Amino acid sequence: MPKPPEIVLKVQGLRIEATSYPPGEAPREVVLVQDVSFALEKGKVLGLIGESGAGKSTIGLASMAYGRGGVRITGGQVWLKGRDILQGRARDLRDLRGRQVTYVAQSAAAAFNPARQLMEQVIETTLSHGLATRAEAEARAVALFTRLGLPNPESIGKRYPHQVSGGQLQRVMTAMALCPQPDLVVFDEPTTALDVTTQIEVLAAIKEAIHLTGVAALYITHDLAVVAQVSDDIMVLRGGRMVEYGTVQQIIEEPREEYTRALVSVRSIDHAEKADGAAAVLSVANVTARYRGTKFDVLKTVTLDLPAGQTLAVVGESGSGKSTLARVITGLLPAAKGRITFSGRVLAPALADRSKDDLRELQMIYQMADVAMNPRQTVGTIIGRPLEFYFGLKGEAKRARVQDLLEQIEMGRGFIDRYPAELSGGQKQRVCIARALAAKPRLIICDEVTSALDPLVADGILKLLLNLQAQEGVAYLFITHDLATVRAIADRIAVMYRGEVVRYGPKSQVLAPPFDDYTDLLLSSVPEMQLGWLENVIATRKMHSAGN
Amino acid sequence: MSHPGHPIIKLVVQRLALGLILLWAASVLIFVGTQILPGDVAQSILGQSATPETLANLRAELGLNEPALGRYLHWAGGVLHGDLGKALTNGQDIAHEMAGRLANTLFLAGCAAAIAVPLAIFLGLLAVRYQGRWPDRLISGVTLATVSVPEFLLGYIAIYFLAVRFRLLPSLATIYDGMTLGEKIYAISMPVLVLVLVVLGHMMRMTRAAILNVMQSPYVETAELKGLRPFTVIARHALPNAVAPVVNVVMLNLAYLVVGVVVVEVVFVYPGMGQYLVDHVSKRDVPVVQACGLVFAAVYIGLNLLADVISILANPRLRHPK
Repeated sequence: MPKPPEIVLKVQGLRIEATSYPPGEAPREVVLVQDVSFALEKGKVLGLIGESGAGKSTIGLASMAYGRGGVRITGGQVWLKGRDILQGRARDLRDLRGRQVTYVAQSAAAAFNPARQLMEQVIETTLSHGLATRAEAEARAVALFTRLGLPNPESIGKRYPHQVSGGQLQRVMTAMALCPQPDLVVFDEPTTALDVTTQIEVLAAIKEAIHLTGVAALYITHDLAVVAQVSDDIMVLRGGRMVEYGTVQQIIEEPREEYTRALVSVRSIDHAEKADGAAAVLSVANVTARYRGTKFDVLKTVTLDLPAGQTLAVVGESGSGKSTLARVITGLLPAAKGRITFSGRVLAPALADRSKDDLRELQMIYQMADVAMNPRQTVGTIIGRPLEFYFGLKGEAKRARVQDLLEQIEMGRGFIDRYPAELSGGQKQRVCIARALAAKPRLIICDEVTSALDPLVADGILKLLLNLQAQEGVAYLFITHDLATVRAIADRIAVMYRGEVVRYGPKSQVLAPPFDDYTDLLLSSVPEMQLGWLENVIATRKMHSAGN
Repeated sequence: MSHPGHPIIKLVVQRLALGLILLWAASVLIFVGTQILPGDVAQSILGQSATPETLANLRAELGLNEPALGRYLHWAGGVLHGDLGKALTNGQDIAHEMAGRLANTLFLAGCAAAIAVPLAIFLGLLAVRYQGRWPDRLISGVTLATVSVPEFLLGYIAIYFLAVRFRLLPSLATIYDGMTLGEKIYAISMPVLVLVLVVLGHMMRMTRAAILNVMQSPYVETAELKGLRPFTVIARHALPNAVAPVVNVVMLNLAYLVVGVVVVEVVFVYPGMGQYLVDHVSKRDVPVVQACGLVFAAVYIGLNLLADVISILANPRLRHPK
């Protein structure tokens, strides 16, 4: 008779609260998580998925009886291997953390202590809980480094966190979590901060490590396509409540709830590419640039054209030079060589030498909307500033124009006297769009404008940008690392790699085979919402490298 | 790791060069400062017996009639050869006379630092460990009080209780050659106590603030989630990343221990640099004042330089480049 499966983690009726301190109001209690229950067997992976604020990280940390900041667990039980850990004293919890349950954070670069060698940090809990001698622990760590596919597993432990890449660091962190041989590992968005091409490797390494060690895991992410590759079960969360809980297959293939269906079918925008032929609003010809005091070209003879009223998407991984290209076009980093033509005039390389019209017609929107706005100014002041600066609007005329713009970004006139802190992430980005639009630009550079947003909110922003383009005829230079976004919005695409444009043309051509090696790698690394996708890609790549 | 061309060597050499330039600037300021002081050295040396002829003779003898630039170059050239000049009042060689005083001051400062620095850092760690609870408030409150009370008052309070009432320690910190180390330490224990109390608060509060700043970092959360003991988290994971601000404030206080202890030396009649300086300022002995000023400036600049170098060395990104 088969043994009944061993339950590692059982959560029942979990309720988590915190005190919120809204600006200018009395503090109030908010419920972050309520009525969440699940059970996790040995060797299984449960994916927790939802948008920001859904409570997924809070639940993950609660399974270690930990509350970040002022977060309090006010109800329910968390049973770890049959013990209710919420009843434990501080001493018992310390004994449990790092031994029975370990944690892998989103940004390994921030989660490693910069002042200590990696090996010291990886084996720290194994030693402090007295689970092994130093030599045994180091041997264990090296074995894990090898298994996770890290280069030089024997010596990488001697390095400091800043000396290894982000993808490697994330794998070292996984090794750190597995080294004390815990019963449960909490993975909190472990691949979110990585490039797609790195993400796929880390994902495969994590999946393999979970499989080989037979540990139970909670896998927290906002990306359903990612969680579909590593989980056995999925729980969809929204606003701290459970929306749907089932097997991967059921959630992906037959979602029952409408919210889950929206998550599964996100990026529904169907954008047909505009016909070629419009005159170019921006031409970048043979532009080379380097940062002061360095001897390395960050951009190498980049040549691009952007037809008026169209969208050119610039894609590539971090460090490929996409944002540098934006800095060169705006004049923040003057080009060393080459020519930039905008609206039929040649632009001066440096910002200071450009005319007011050059500045007005070329606007920018940033990734982090909340740091791109002065927190002490109202929405009216923020959007009104370019109106005053470029068109001399004042008083009622300015206020009326701001209200028009607020209507245009689908927010409503009532927002004019609000402060940025009172807006949601999506609303903040809309205000930034309105500010750019206020200058009546011919070109807006959008630098990763949807990367910090939840998928459904990002979708709304993309739709708004497309509508505005249809109304105003503004062109976008759209910088992103996300290929789904590119598909949704681009007319033309430039793929950048190490400061060079490796592929450029209309969307239909760039995204159709035959591919160059890098574009192929990039495209095939984007997780797809399909069971077994990860295994297929890895198997194909292994076959290819064996064939070569 | 320290092969030539290592970025750290370049940084350290830059700091050293900056320190030398700063010292030169300080020497100019000291010289100019002593020149614009009101009064006349010759006049104050001769006092009542001054006649116009003797004054003119003495001025010529002291070189006071030469242009200022010439006198500066003469003085600076002497300093570079280790010659600080002769005291006007008693004709003694300043370098020789000062050496003993400086050694005494450094001994007093060293003893105070040996106790104050580790104690301040430990109390800082303890305050962070029990942040907002009674140990934190007690430590913060007491150290704030000892910083706020003027040091001469602390000195007299200490003398009243420890020397007069309970007769535990000597009230005069007189030391001379031929005393054993133990005797010397016993003799200076009361000024050391006062100095420790004076500098403790500043260093402890900066340590506390610097570590609290680091405690917000994600890697501290990682350490907590590893189930490490709270004190281990603070000492092993937070402190190494707070070295730079802590070292800077420690060095400022060490510099204070050398150059700022005039009042404490006077209260306990300790034969150090402070007393020496005060005596000669009142006698308008310009060469001695200049020499003391220069030595103090060198100590100040040297210690801050050391703080910079330690901060650079404490940064793993600079110590272990990619």
